[in-house]
Amino acid sequence: MASLDRFRNLCIIAHIDHGKSTLADRLLELCGAVDPREMRAQYLDSMDIERERGITIKLQSVRLEHQGHTINLIDTPGHVDFGYEVSRSLAACEGAILLVDAAQGIEAQTLANCYLALENDLEIVAALNKIDLPAADPDRYAAEIEKVLGIPANEILRISAKTGEGVEDLLNAVVERIPPPEGDPDAPLQGLIFDSHFDQYRGVISSVRVMNGTLTTGARLRFVQAGAVYNAEEVGVRRPDPTPIASLGAGEVGYLIAGIKDVGEARSGETITTAAHPAPALEGYKEPKPMVFCGIYPIDGDEFPTLREALEKLRLNDSSYTFQPESSGALGFGFRCGFLGLLHMEIIRERLEREFNLSLIATAPSVQYVVHKENGDVITIDNPSELPPATEVAHIEEPYLRATILTPTSYTGTLMELCQNRRGEMIKIEYLSPERMELVYELPLAEVVTDFFDQMKSRTQGYASLDYEPSEYRQSNLVKVDILLNAVPVDAFSMIVHKDKSYGYGLRMTEKLKELIPRQLFDVPIQAAIGGRIIARETVKAKRKDVLAKCYGGDISRKRKLLEKQKEGKKRMKNIGRVEVPQEAFVSALRLDD
Amino acid sequence: MIQSAGSPAFGAYVHVPFCTKRCDYCAFATWTDRSHLMDEYVDAVCIDIKRTFASHPDRVATSVFFGGGTPSLLPAGDLVRILAAIPRVDGAEVTVECNPDTVSLAMFETYVAGGVNRISFGVQSMVPEVLESLGRTHNPESVGAGVLAARAAGIARLNLDLIYGGAGETVEQWRHTLEATITLGPDHVSAYALTVEAGTPLAEDPSRHPDDDDQADKYLLADEMLTAAGLLNYEISNWASSGQECLHNLLYWDQGEYFGFGCAAHAHVGGRRWWNLRTPDRYIAAVSTGDSVEASFELLDVGTRRIEALQLALRTRGGVPVSSLSADDRDELGPLLVERDGRLHLSLEGRLLANEVAVRLR
Repeated sequence: MASLDRFRNLCIIAHIDHGKSTLADRLLELCGAVDPREMRAQYLDSMDIERERGITIKLQSVRLEHQGHTINLIDTPGHVDFGYEVSRSLAACEGAILLVDAAQGIEAQTLANCYLALENDLEIVAALNKIDLPAADPDRYAAEIEKVLGIPANEILRISAKTGEGVEDLLNAVVERIPPPEGDPDAPLQGLIFDSHFDQYRGVISSVRVMNGTLTTGARLRFVQAGAVYNAEEVGVRRPDPTPIASLGAGEVGYLIAGIKDVGEARSGETITTAAHPAPALEGYKEPKPMVFCGIYPIDGDEFPTLREALEKLRLNDSSYTFQPESSGALGFGFRCGFLGLLHMEIIRERLEREFNLSLIATAPSVQYVVHKENGDVITIDNPSELPPATEVAHIEEPYLRATILTPTSYTGTLMELCQNRRGEMIKIEYLSPERMELVYELPLAEVVTDFFDQMKSRTQGYASLDYEPSEYRQSNLVKVDILLNAVPVDAFSMIVHKDKSYGYGLRMTEKLKELIPRQLFDVPIQAAIGGRIIARETVKAKRKDVLAKCYGGDISRKRKLLEKQKEGKKRMKNIGRVEVPQEAFVSALRLDD
Repeated sequence: MIQSAGSPAFGAYVHVPFCTKRCDYCAFATWTDRSHLMDEYVDAVCIDIKRTFASHPDRVATSVFFGGGTPSLLPAGDLVRILAAIPRVDGAEVTVECNPDTVSLAMFETYVAGGVNRISFGVQSMVPEVLESLGRTHNPESVGAGVLAARAAGIARLNLDLIYGGAGETVEQWRHTLEATITLGPDHVSAYALTVEAGTPLAEDPSRHPDDDDQADKYLLADEMLTAAGLLNYEISNWASSGQECLHNLLYWDQGEYFGFGCAAHAHVGGRRWWNLRTPDRYIAAVSTGDSVEASFELLDVGTRRIEALQLALRTRGGVPVSSLSADDRDELGPLLVERDGRLHLSLEGRLLANEVAVRLR
């Protein structure tokens, strides 16, 4: 067996647009891993959505050879929704490349991941990227990294992944500074799964780090947390093309195919061992816990079975979302889904629409509330319609986050105002450097999932960055605002909000709906109500004119077709309290960016 | 002229696709730059008429309608030459649409000699600013002069076409238009809500689009004033003194049969609807080579024909059978309907919401 000395396992910690994919491309080229003719930009980005959005949720891991050393490059997801996955990736490594844009400085989430890496005793090789940009200011940001992370500025490399400048130095530094892995090759097998995805031909393909022992092709494996047994059908490494090998030794990183049909059986954090000589589970495993919930409905009710099938299929690929059927008077049959965060929700929704050719409506995102009832019962709800009548509710608790914002100092005021508007409680405010500030707030999750991130970006021209971690549940003065159409509540528009914000929500929704609901044969009141109390009201006045002025020889066919169209349109509308509501009204009213 | 009283109702429509100026709300097949084609066009229409009637020797027109465009732009002699080519019964109703700008006593005398007995004036408004905003070239005085000239030539049946609800027109201006119109003593008035047609300059300018509530108010005012003047509503946009309803238009609403001559003209015979080539150039070319002038057609199946008949009848005073709406729909539509003599009719309010009723017909 080869000595572990020549192995290096590392990950890249970087903010979304700081050049991670470009650096990966250069490393592949430098190590001769990809034939130049087959090279394409963002080579390791696996999903179309990633390439299109120019963001990387997760790169494929890859094995590179450099001057007699074998380097396993493991990625960490670049978004706060996937914090747990980051921790599992870090657990598979001895070191990390910290990649920071030399024109922007370190971002909040990168900093958080770096702290996590330091807690895990990872060696950090820091590099300032994009030094070819006119706006690059590497001296300033090197000083900042030194201040916040204690990495000496003179050890921070300066590279341009785009031009290739300094990339070889970086590779050399990785080999020099990051220690080789340790592990007992003679102990029973302990392997850490840190990523799994579903391939329609091969089933689940997992990335695995062997901690102790040997993972051998053909071995009978026990998946400790899932409590399942599978055969190791194929073990291999990605160079980056998958290459089967006989076995992976202690300290090595590779992939495993074991005939698994559901990624839920091989989640990040899972421990594998052999059925013959089982070892105990590795530490740190957690079940993914959805934090943001919404209803997802097909625009065309006939597509409900297709949606169910799509959710089941996609879950083979991403077991971190949940779904269960629900029905809505306004939207028909759909599913209540739970997600790790807002981006996760957007990605799943977009994949459902794109990969399964569906048109969907999503209700406003909700969080999970703990409701204490007068009779002493405690229930958990993630859908406003499940909230018991106010008379039965003693109090409600909502989840809070601890949010860290890094920002140029000039935006401190506007960000403090934003956090205050969102019911935030300041925990800390500190200068990172004369130009940059760190703000730490406790914020209700519900206030963050509406459009906090967009607001933060627009108030700071995109310069501020955000990281958060779940904090605690706190008691809040929460009420449910119902929206009534012709005196009938429309469940899709009900929302649990803080009492101080209930009037604003009611006003906004009634005004919005007044514009969206076409005039009917009668006056339609649109009301916002808390319990039985009306807090806002608008009226869509009865329509008075809907007639074709002229109908002569040349008009008859055309007008008949117009009427047929009008008739078809009526069929597609939902009837709520005798009011005909077009689907588009729901779609527009539920859109967040108002 | 054929002396055959008691012939079944049959119409002939003649399209005249020439105007001096295009109104910016107009989506009709008309051109301002093709007057050099007039002679050829008149010849082509005459040939088309002769060929068509030759292959349908049993057809005789009980009504003829010259529409446009601006039929009065044709030299009067040419217009009556076309009319002469159309086999028609004695006393057939013959209407010509006229722009008040383009008429004269001499012209009307030629018309009368040729058999024209009804004139429809494109008045639109009697307020200069409103006429200007509609892009019309005439002034209110020319309407009065035109009416006098027509009467002097012996034409008793006069229709005045009005348009209401253009941007900027006040209710008082509309009232003035109605008063001035009634003062001229026509036996027929058509009043149309200005409609935004796709592809027109008006469609491109949402700031000038009409307001439904304003148009509803103006419709109610029109009905009130015209009724008081003895003109009774007999179709959504048409009012006439008793017995002076336009027979040609009644034919359309009765799903009757008619030929259409000239470019873009529509025809309906035996459950088949068809329409001619849209431009005068192509129409002339087709006639000269002996090709068909038909652009396209549709065949109505029994079910479609039945629903269409109800939709058309609903617009008229005749109404529809009670059974053509379900009891639930009758209930829901409530005040939009009036039941009389075992039939359903649109109430005044219902006329303004006729589409809501029409889409429920069964």
